[in-house]
Amino acid sequence: MNFFDNDLTTIHNQLVNHELTSYELTKQTIEALKATDQKIGAFLTLDEENALATAKAIDEKGIDATNLLAGIPIAIKDNIMTKNLRTTAASKILENFTPVYDATVMEKVHANDLVVIGKTNMDEFAMGGSTENSAFKVTKNPWDTTKVPGGSSGGSAAAVSAGMVPFALGSDTGGSIRQPASFTGVVGMKPTYGRISRWGLIAFGSSLDQIGPFSRSVKDNAALLNVLVGEDKRDGTSVGGHEADFTAKLDAGVKGLRIGLPKEYLGAGVQQEVKDAILAAAAKYRELGATVDEVSLPHSKYGVAAYYIISSSEASSNLQRFDGIRYGVRAQDAKNLDDVYVHSRTQGFGPEVKRRIMLGMYSLSAGYYDAYFKKAAQVRTLMRQDFANIFKDHDLILGPVAPTTAYGIGEDVTDPLTMYAGDVLSVPVNLAGLPGLSLPAGFANGLPIGMQLIGKSFDETTLYQAGYAFEQATDFHKQVPTLGGND
Amino acid sequence: MAISKEQVSHVANLARLSFNDEELSQFTDQMSKITNMFNQLQEVDTTDVEPMTHVVDLVNVVRDDVPAPADPEERTALLNNAPDTEDGYIKVPAIFNNGEDSAE
Repeated sequence: MNFFDNDLTTIHNQLVNHELTSYELTKQTIEALKATDQKIGAFLTLDEENALATAKAIDEKGIDATNLLAGIPIAIKDNIMTKNLRTTAASKILENFTPVYDATVMEKVHANDLVVIGKTNMDEFAMGGSTENSAFKVTKNPWDTTKVPGGSSGGSAAAVSAGMVPFALGSDTGGSIRQPASFTGVVGMKPTYGRISRWGLIAFGSSLDQIGPFSRSVKDNAALLNVLVGEDKRDGTSVGGHEADFTAKLDAGVKGLRIGLPKEYLGAGVQQEVKDAILAAAAKYRELGATVDEVSLPHSKYGVAAYYIISSSEASSNLQRFDGIRYGVRAQDAKNLDDVYVHSRTQGFGPEVKRRIMLGMYSLSAGYYDAYFKKAAQVRTLMRQDFANIFKDHDLILGPVAPTTAYGIGEDVTDPLTMYAGDVLSVPVNLAGLPGLSLPAGFANGLPIGMQLIGKSFDETTLYQAGYAFEQATDFHKQVPTLGGND
Repeated sequence: MAISKEQVSHVANLARLSFNDEELSQFTDQMSKITNMFNQLQEVDTTDVEPMTHVVDLVNVVRDDVPAPADPEERTALLNNAPDTEDGYIKVPAIFNNGEDSAE
């Protein structure tokens, strides 16, 4: 079983008509996945026994014909708390950690009868863009196993890209859903900040983090987002009152939509094939009846600096809880309490996580707060205003997700500045709290190119509408990596 | 503005991390380069610009402070995650260095 040839509606109809049970679907999914994942390395933990038991219970209860998601397998990024299922954030410090509760988003996953298959690999604590910062394994890009899948949600993206699962959840602090979606040729949504409760998401940058869905198609993505959103009393930053059916306008087309193309997003440093793909997408939108004109995000070049100051500052505070006392790994050579903290953290965190904690501590420390943290927060205001100015007379923004296609495993990992520069097109969306959708827009040398649609706050509906129109008018999403098999 | 090894060492102490000399040199070099990149922000005029620390307007969320019964199973599960326990408590080494690795 792979999910290349069977779209969700087809599988759903088979389940409803009793041509297939969720148990069979789950069993076939896991069997195929075990073989494929030997080549890809997308999963950290498989939950075979529970997945089969859950599927069986759903079969016994009966598949809800009105719920497209009922009985369908899903994979979960390993920084989302899953009750009784090991959750590590791909860090040695949480190697043995088993949550005693479900994240709010997991309660919603279970309430909608999705079947959790397992937990996916990621950059440690979601810090990175290649999944190479995982303490446990390297995940490979299904399109070319010498390339990275992107990150930090690289395992979730690769699992969907390789046809192992139809759905996965990821999290996006500075591009961690959109960039791996772009690198692996799948659809990934970073919803508006506040859309989905962060309760039970292991915190990295609390003013930036959002959970979001991966899928093979725009329509499936919208259907999954429908059930994940909503206000949650346990997350004071979650926002309700904007609930919409994200699939409602899928067929509405793009006639009359006003699309802005920021000139800064096609500037120096962006690979020629990526520029060409985005310009071709702009031409396609014009052909479909939208207007596309050049706009400017003048402060976007400061995004990387502002993002790394703010996210690292928040991370340095959030990661103080990992102290070797109440959970996680405790250093064995500690002679006193201070040793427990210092040795557990020093042994438990990987180099990138330490670097972020150090940068954050430095940016917040006495004497540097005004020059770094406060300055970055002011620039953030200006970046948000840049977007607001465009949205006065545009419905959405089109651009690349990342400056390049997937790079080689081991290529960038030694130089943090090169790695950070790759986030230039994805971090502004997080800083402004806006929704961003990544979807396939072309190929260069056999590697997928992703395009990014950025919308107004709480206007994911228009992103899906425009994404669907593009998808229906192109066939990029129909191409599949050969590695996943063609059975 | 280069960062000195002493500054990095001080920040490491604040962060409860320890580095050997080689790591300290490497971090000093990397942090100098990264903070140089941060310094680009100084060219932006932010006079009278309010800093933005959050996207949504935060309001206090309050609820009645009602004690809920502790679920014994949950308590056990929580303690199972602790590295060291004794009699239903989390055990840690002595706070002061008294030569004994003991919580007594």
